[in-house]
Amino acid sequence: MNSQLQVTASPHLGSRDSTVTIMWSVVLSLMPVVAVSLYFFGPSAFLVIFAATAGALVVERVFGPGGTLRDGSAVITGLLLGLTLPPGLPMWMAFVGGAFGIGLGKVVFGGLGQNVFNPALLGRAFLQAAFPVAMTTWPRPSENRFALLGDNFALPLMSPDVVDVVTGATPLGLMKFEQVSSNAGDLFFGTTGGSLGETSALLILLGGVYLATRGHLNWRIPVSILIAVATLAALVHTINPDTYGGPIFMLFSGGLMLGAVYMATDMVTSPVTNKGCWVFGAGIGALVVIIRYWGGLAEGVMYSILLMNAMVPFINRVTQPRVFGTGRRKEATS
Amino acid sequence: MPGLSFRHGVHPPELKELTESVAIRRLPFPEEVILPLSQHAGKPAVPIVKVGDKVERGDKIAEADGFVSSPVHASATGRVEDIDLWPHPSGNYQPAIRIAVDPHSAQEARTRLIPEWEGLSREELVASVKEAGVVGLGGAAFPTHVKLSPPADKQPRILILNGSECEPYLTTDHRTMAEFPERVHLGVRIMMKCLGVEKAMIGVERNKPDAIEALRSTLPTDIDVSVHPVTVKYPQGAEKMLIDTLLGEEVPSGGLPMDVGVVVQNVASVATIAEVFETGLPLIERIVTVTGHGVVKPANLIVPVGTKLQYLLDACGGIKNSATEIIFGGPMMGAPQSNFDVPITKGTTGVVVLDEAHSKAQHSYPCIKCGHCLDSCPVFLNPQLLGSLAKAGRYEEMMDAHLMDCMLCGCCSFACPSNIPLSQLFQQSKAAARKQQQSAA
Repeated sequence: MNSQLQVTASPHLGSRDSTVTIMWSVVLSLMPVVAVSLYFFGPSAFLVIFAATAGALVVERVFGPGGTLRDGSAVITGLLLGLTLPPGLPMWMAFVGGAFGIGLGKVVFGGLGQNVFNPALLGRAFLQAAFPVAMTTWPRPSENRFALLGDNFALPLMSPDVVDVVTGATPLGLMKFEQVSSNAGDLFFGTTGGSLGETSALLILLGGVYLATRGHLNWRIPVSILIAVATLAALVHTINPDTYGGPIFMLFSGGLMLGAVYMATDMVTSPVTNKGCWVFGAGIGALVVIIRYWGGLAEGVMYSILLMNAMVPFINRVTQPRVFGTGRRKEATS
Repeated sequence: MPGLSFRHGVHPPELKELTESVAIRRLPFPEEVILPLSQHAGKPAVPIVKVGDKVERGDKIAEADGFVSSPVHASATGRVEDIDLWPHPSGNYQPAIRIAVDPHSAQEARTRLIPEWEGLSREELVASVKEAGVVGLGGAAFPTHVKLSPPADKQPRILILNGSECEPYLTTDHRTMAEFPERVHLGVRIMMKCLGVEKAMIGVERNKPDAIEALRSTLPTDIDVSVHPVTVKYPQGAEKMLIDTLLGEEVPSGGLPMDVGVVVQNVASVATIAEVFETGLPLIERIVTVTGHGVVKPANLIVPVGTKLQYLLDACGGIKNSATEIIFGGPMMGAPQSNFDVPITKGTTGVVVLDEAHSKAQHSYPCIKCGHCLDSCPVFLNPQLLGSLAKAGRYEEMMDAHLMDCMLCGCCSFACPSNIPLSQLFQQSKAAARKQQQSAA
């Protein structure tokens, strides 16, 4: 036979999507969010996101199985981590966060597809535990677009210089600790304090819609998270509107949008069944509301997603699809 | 309301434009034909000729071995050269009868070997269908007379004709319906009589409007037969999917269509039944689509069973330099060929020559648990779970996860962004699991 011909197993056609194109389209869809964070927070935003991504890439390249960066998954981890960090964070911390996320969040599990927890969030959880002060210092966007918003160039393990910036509480902090609510329009378009990517709900939603229409994101997860948060918040807010923020505020503040659209939908760490995705999303939404209203923290998206990540194997097991020809009708005698 | 479609499935590119409007023509007789004894599901046939025998076109040369088996007939007049192992489309070597075609024979139609159908009883009809060597022409080549003999306690209600032809590229059924609609209707009539059913439904994918129109304009009025356009989706032509589409009923897991009172037959097979009784000749030729972007002149051809692949490709202008792979059947479930000497058999629906631009990438990535395979599986399995169990060789757990319900349709492999060869793993696992059960018993 013609030596150029091959023999492979059927099917001989494949869909146009590949793991590589999915990953890079997620990266692409994050670009507007990155751009707007640069717009609001200036060079500090770039430095922090760059450092987090560099940390993720270095560890993936050096220790990852195959050491390949081609699949783009480490870039996503780095970008997402960067977007959850405060703009004034020293670069070395952001780098460590990215390295930790990929190293202990992914590589030790066996690399792409094997990890239980969202690596970006694990990196962030590590930073939160290691550097609680730096991680909760929220500078306000400066008058001078090109000013740094903190000592981004602080050396490792040295205490950062105090830079003359105006800091302020995030809208969630204001609500929780001072019962001050923020304007919904500001939240939606992103003109509030907070971490880099927490600020523009609109762009995050647009990115999510883009991914969902391409089938690169299971829309059931963000939809169920947002429904769960809105419903529970509406319920509690009706009972005591003074202490508890309303559903609109809850939806558009903090990391909820970024978490719901980009973090919870990480394919590797979310359920494979559609039914499971509803359960997973509802669980995250409920935990977010509980932590924000009654927990010790102002924000709870990160822990909610990580907790539900741990539940995924169980959710998968109890939401197995009904096999065709079973259940619905009486079993025929076989 | 019975839906227009089934749940899940995938949308591969249709790629039928190469041959869907190319009229069927007849392939000239080759110099030799190779007739494998196993061209059907069930036991191979037993040769009844010897080397050196002269045979005429239509002569029976091998006898069915038992009920689930089918006889083989000479597809051309000539001399038996050889009864020996020969490359088989399934990939191995199998016993076959090789006939050197008589170059001086007119290969004319001869006196009737199969009787007229009108006067025959049900039993005689079924016996004639068996005698004519008719098997399902949709690919699986299940002996038709077995389908026409349902057990007494499972009397079918409805005959469903499968004109979906959901495999990309193939246009055999399409051209048959468009060019020979009356033959299809005659076949329906004969099958309804064999089965004793009152109602027949023909399901045709909407991408064949000329076939739908041809069938509708020739619809008989004295029997209850209707044409149903169905959604273009793969695997619409899987019998469980077609039954669900037309009747809204699920064939039970592990069961057969007869468990819901249905017999499904592919339209080309039904047309063949009619042709057998019309011409009086057994099944010795079939319509084959030769197509793909790697073949020079794609065509729909009437091909003598046993024609070698090389001869068929030459008749279509040969293959291009860009050709990468040759498939018997459609690209979703078809079998790759490794030898140009393999013969066309009764079950060969098409020959697809793929080129680089239309082949599947082979590099695979780790599973990212996207769930696309679950969303594609038409029988609602969890290919993600099954795939990881298959890689670990955990066949018993795979059986618990309904491995045996897998039809090997290939939807999961098609949908997988990481290119994991899921259906290939399941095919191997099914064989391994059966072996394990046998050795345990």
